[in-house]
Amino acid sequence: MKSSVIVFPGSNCDRDIAIALEKMQFKNQMVWHKETKLPKTDLIVVPGGFSYGDYLRSGAIAGKSFIIDEVIKAANLGCLVLGICNGFQILTETGLLKGTLLKNKNLKFINKDVNLKVMNNYTRFTNKYKKEKILKINIAHNEGNFFTDANHIEELKKENLIAFKYCDEKGNINEDSNPNGSLDNIAGIFNTNKNILGMMPHPERMVDELISNKDGVNLFSSLFN
Amino acid sequence: MKFSVIITLKKDVLDPQGKVVQNTLVNMGMSNLKSIRQGKHFEIEVDENDQSTAERKVDMMCKKLLVNLIIEDYKIYKI
Repeated sequence: MKSSVIVFPGSNCDRDIAIALEKMQFKNQMVWHKETKLPKTDLIVVPGGFSYGDYLRSGAIAGKSFIIDEVIKAANLGCLVLGICNGFQILTETGLLKGTLLKNKNLKFINKDVNLKVMNNYTRFTNKYKKEKILKINIAHNEGNFFTDANHIEELKKENLIAFKYCDEKGNINEDSNPNGSLDNIAGIFNTNKNILGMMPHPERMVDELISNKDGVNLFSSLFN
Repeated sequence: MKFSVIITLKKDVLDPQGKVVQNTLVNMGMSNLKSIRQGKHFEIEVDENDQSTAERKVDMMCKKLLVNLIIEDYKIYKI
């Protein structure tokens, strides 16, 4: 499979995701934000970081960049799109995903490994995980507090569009296992067609036992199914 | 023509920064303080003579970039 990682000024997880994708046998290309054409690709990744220094709102400026018009076109034609951390924030700013990411409830930048529960494993991104599997994945963000309107939250539940929720190591989903104040402990969501996934945790940091664990591996291998 | 745009979080959106500022002011002895909501302010100059056209342009800027309509409200004032 072919993948493209979009790079903005201030992206800082673009190399990590490129290494993870190549390790998982993707043929990857880096795409600078000023490009006006995407290479032929099966997966577009909008990586983590601090695009444009988080000016205005996290992801707001990157969400209006040249390449984003092409990403929107490709996404609407069914191309797989994965937004991680700042990438998730950017996808909400483009409107490809609904909702938004507010400042963490405790106003602190949180960098730690947290537990996540796989909420839907019938998707292109999650089919290699067992249902309700508990993962340990790193989060590193200041604005990860997912918020959306009542209609959207209803749609997310009804259409099974919640990908991951924050939980404790036993799988309990409650306020104590919610690191940032996200609505309903939501850590990642799909669009209606489930070809776009936005998530605050960093699966690309969890593909090697040597530096962390391999809980992110199945997300990338799922895409080959 | 100059405009001022004030952006605030919607009433039902949690404003932790405003809350911290409020608590600090209360701790400093400002005891009559009822509530604080933090927001953003833009001063925008538009090269346009007709006020309603200029206002429409500023409104467009707000809707397309400056404001996240899911969580924020905005007001435009001529200055």
